[in-house]
Amino acid sequence: MATATARRARFNNLEFILGAVLTTLIVLGVLFSDVLFPGGAAKVDLAARLTRPFTSLAHPFGTDPLGRDVLARVLAGGKVSLLVGVVSVIGAVILGTVLGLVAGYYRGFWDMLLMRFADIQLAMPFILLAMTFVAIVGPSLTNTIFLLIISEWVKYARLVRGQVLSLREREFILSAKAIGVSNFRIIFQHLLPNLLGPVIVLMTLNVANNILLESSLTFLGLGIDPTTPSWGGMLADGRTYLQTAWWVSVFPGLAILLTVLGLNLLGDWLRDTLDPSGRSSRP
Amino acid sequence: MARYLLKRILQAVFVVIVITLFVSYAVRLTGDPAVMMFAGGGGSVSEADLERVRAALGTDKPFYQQYLAFLHGLLTLDLGRSFASGAPVSNLIAAAAPSTLKLAFVSMLISIVMSIPLGIWAAVSKGKAADQIIRIFSLVGVSFPNFWLATMLVLLFSIFLGLLPPSGMVGFESYIMPTLTMGVILTATNVRLVRTAMLETLQSQYVMVARAKGLSERRVLYKHALRNCAIPLITYFGLQFGGMLGGLVVIEKVFSWPGLGTLAFDAVNARDYPVLQAVITVLALLIVGVNLIVDIAYGLVDPRIRLE
Repeated sequence: MATATARRARFNNLEFILGAVLTTLIVLGVLFSDVLFPGGAAKVDLAARLTRPFTSLAHPFGTDPLGRDVLARVLAGGKVSLLVGVVSVIGAVILGTVLGLVAGYYRGFWDMLLMRFADIQLAMPFILLAMTFVAIVGPSLTNTIFLLIISEWVKYARLVRGQVLSLREREFILSAKAIGVSNFRIIFQHLLPNLLGPVIVLMTLNVANNILLESSLTFLGLGIDPTTPSWGGMLADGRTYLQTAWWVSVFPGLAILLTVLGLNLLGDWLRDTLDPSGRSSRP
Repeated sequence: MARYLLKRILQAVFVVIVITLFVSYAVRLTGDPAVMMFAGGGGSVSEADLERVRAALGTDKPFYQQYLAFLHGLLTLDLGRSFASGAPVSNLIAAAAPSTLKLAFVSMLISIVMSIPLGIWAAVSKGKAADQIIRIFSLVGVSFPNFWLATMLVLLFSIFLGLLPPSGMVGFESYIMPTLTMGVILTATNVRLVRTAMLETLQSQYVMVARAKGLSERRVLYKHALRNCAIPLITYFGLQFGGMLGGLVVIEKVFSWPGLGTLAFDAVNARDYPVLQAVITVLALLIVGVNLIVDIAYGLVDPRIRLE
């Protein structure tokens, strides 16, 4: 048993190191893509069209049929994914946490409303919601973020609600009520700090998940404008010349996989650290 | 039980009403279908023509009447005609639904067949090498974009090896790549669920008793422990159904699979709203139905759940 625990601890450290290294490398590469490749993502070099990967120092991941550098485009395309992932999670966490706190603390009507919302969300998969939504308002960056917030906030609300339900009967909340602390202060000063752990875990995993959802929307032509470089958009382009230039489809997908994997590793490690009882793992 | 049943059914009906209301209203927001029907044709259209089309489609009536007409159509399986092809929407759905359901069924089967033994293995060897390897596999699996995994399979099996057809539904071989994509991604999630459920069950006393009786480990695991954690697992798998249908929509697009996803996707592009409205409603009904059945079955098997 002792050796298994020790091995487990080592694995957790490895998980953290791998996750942190992957995430940091990709985030830095994406953030500094303009410095690494000045104007590189859009630069068309017809003389170097369809260069195979690992054959030229100037284009390590090769070039696409227009002669654009694949590595430069992958790094530039990451901006959209990271932006959408982070902004949508911040929006969803604020909305979901506040509504979850209110529903769990006051119960009654708000609680029932929230739980029915959760039922509806369960029956309306993200892609279907996205299709309806995009058919009405059209695809764009802000619409994608808005859509992700709408479909993801319920997860936070349910998690927070569950936590509040068990916390509200505990002594420290009861005594706070007894000495006349206002509801507002109980919610934000006493309850909120106690449920941050699982919420942070869910946020990390959610950034990863939202990056996946954004890229599949964009891949389907329902997300980001195709003229902006993005991983999903590059993969949609790449499919048309999968026969002649496989590398155009391989590297953006690999970028998504490694980013999401890095975040999932970090989230997993955070769960073991911040939320050992696994409260945030319930779907 | 009757109370529980009634409560669950009422909840399901509520969800269906909200979703159909939302979809009907959303589709109306997209613009006047009469104008859209003529938009592709060119030339000038008189107001009288538009009025005639509106009357024929029923869009001149107030929203609540249109909504009731849609519900009536849903019950009588008469969902109007496609703007794009003129074919009855119910025929289009009847033609596409079996292809999607077949994919869904085989994918789920693959994931169950793979995740149960792997999950049990991970639970039994908790903390050991096998557990860690399965955990890594699961983490990598949930990080895969499904459409990219599908594309990479096409690259490998169709383009490099030339073994499988890259798209369409031409026979048994066509099922391999779409169901493998979905199956592998589902397995990555399910392995962890099986492992967690199994670990909990292995702590229980009847497992200890079974082991103390000297039953073979295989019998203990597969007969005593697995049967007892089957109920929560079936619930998880049932709840997954909606997410899986969502994933299939994307995978159908990659493989040009003639299912509901492709139908809905083409409808979005062609602004064919009767079809879009119908497909989304049918998929939502399917998901609500599966969740309801799972809930009721769970309540039947485990009386504790009815008290919640």
